[in-house]
Amino acid sequence: MSIRQFLPSLKKILLYVLLFLFLTPFLLIIMNSFKSTQQFVENPLSLPTGIQLDNYVSAFDNMNFLDGFLNSLLITVGSVLLILFFSSMTGYLFVRFKWRVNGILFYAMLASLALPFQVLMIPLVMLYGNMSLLDSKITLLFMYLGFGVPFGVFTFHGFIKGIPYELEESAFIEGSSRMRTFFQIVLPLLRPVFVTLIVLDVLWIWNDYLLPSLVLLSPEHKTLPLSTYNFFSSYSVDYAPLMAGLIMTIIPVLIMYLLLQKQIIKGITEGALK
Amino acid sequence: MDRKIRMRNAGTFLLFGAPSVVAFLAVVVIPFIVGLYLTFTNWDVRTGDNTFIGISNYIAVWQDTVFWTQLWFTLKYVFFTVIIANAAAFFIALVLTGGGRGEQWLRTGFFTPNLIGGIILGYLWQTLFSQVLPYLGQKYGWSWFETSWLTNTDTAFWALVITTSWQLIGYLMIIYIAGFAGVPNDVLEAASIDGASRMATIRRIMLPLTIPAIVICVFISISRSFLTYDINLALTKGGPFNSTELATYHIVQKAFLSNQYGVGQAEAVVLFAVVAIIALTQSYLLKRLEVES
Repeated sequence: MSIRQFLPSLKKILLYVLLFLFLTPFLLIIMNSFKSTQQFVENPLSLPTGIQLDNYVSAFDNMNFLDGFLNSLLITVGSVLLILFFSSMTGYLFVRFKWRVNGILFYAMLASLALPFQVLMIPLVMLYGNMSLLDSKITLLFMYLGFGVPFGVFTFHGFIKGIPYELEESAFIEGSSRMRTFFQIVLPLLRPVFVTLIVLDVLWIWNDYLLPSLVLLSPEHKTLPLSTYNFFSSYSVDYAPLMAGLIMTIIPVLIMYLLLQKQIIKGITEGALK
Repeated sequence: MDRKIRMRNAGTFLLFGAPSVVAFLAVVVIPFIVGLYLTFTNWDVRTGDNTFIGISNYIAVWQDTVFWTQLWFTLKYVFFTVIIANAAAFFIALVLTGGGRGEQWLRTGFFTPNLIGGIILGYLWQTLFSQVLPYLGQKYGWSWFETSWLTNTDTAFWALVITTSWQLIGYLMIIYIAGFAGVPNDVLEAASIDGASRMATIRRIMLPLTIPAIVICVFISISRSFLTYDINLALTKGGPFNSTELATYHIVQKAFLSNQYGVGQAEAVVLFAVVAIIALTQSYLLKRLEVES
């Protein structure tokens, strides 16, 4: 093998070694989640003696994994559906009707994209607390809609602008209503935008901690990041089940990632370059 | 006739716009305005007090030395995180832009930490820093790792930087790869015909032509790391002795634990101003380096 042929494969091997090192934190936690806490403390590098699922069972019960998972699922799916549904309609409204109020609202939404959550969280808690609307999943869904709409509208707006109006005109001539035209003609064309937004919004909402920690107070409402936090605060020395808990929380996102890898990378790229 | 059109337009607006607009106003616009007003009052949940007190809260922020210490700590943390995460992401992206087989897998792998929320990531690294590394340090006599990094302010600082960078690298890498894909092939070919070395190609061609991607990445990493909360909470919980509280952590404590809503909100406004000024200045300065291919 000449040096010229050898170099690229050497580079590849080095890259895989680098990736392995990069992912070592995961691998260590996975490996140790199958050991007892004592085995972990004695030697975190030892291989597990077998596939023990005790830690997983214990974590599943102690962190109320199922409740957390279902709450996270409900809130993520619910919020994403609301954001997609309403911001696609509003994006369409802003493109097709150049009223003054639409222009003002559109620019307000655009400007709000620069606002960090940090400047809104205190008044948000104050206002919704005063109206006794905290500690409810509905309130959280509504807040995610409000926070998700500006980017959603902006993204749909950019895409709908490129759709020729003639398509809709012919539908109107045949007597189709505005609503029907939107759902039957425009909506199917928006597929690529849906994919991008689903990816970005799911990752954001599924992993979010600060907002739900301020809104959801009772244990039965807690999402997975919140139950992970509680679990770690109350079981801080029993490492084995804690690690199993971490792995369990990661698995759902990881499965989604492996299934939708291409769309996710594409969605992230498009989201970032906007 | 005119009236009929107006009615129809109002109907269209309500149907297509109302739900999003109501949510946007109720969750973003109104809290933003109330938030600004809040910085001029002494609002307190317990007493229900709500009097206008002028700029007292801003004076309190000015005098809150803890806030400024922590803001300075945050600045240092942002500085190192931005440099480390961007340098690493740039070079990983560079070696992953050859069109070779297996690149897709490598990209997927490097991106993985970005899928995971800060809380889970923070606990993952907390376990490593407090258990695994000290074990290695004691076993092999590496003095660096003998005690947990999280028990000392300086090392806890680096623990925060490393954990945040680890999460950011994959995300920035994706943007850099997209940026490199935009470098025209003929320019690269011309360079290779002229006998430019790999280093020269990177420095003279890749770097200047990917300035837009660099601007985006630096912007994203500055604003993200300035606002870090989850990782801070899970990794160090502000400790040891509140010495590693980043700005957001401090604001959350101020508002929701000490019940100083007005001061906390004023600090949030100051933080926002600092982030905006720094992020926009860097974009402006870096953009001047932009060239046409």
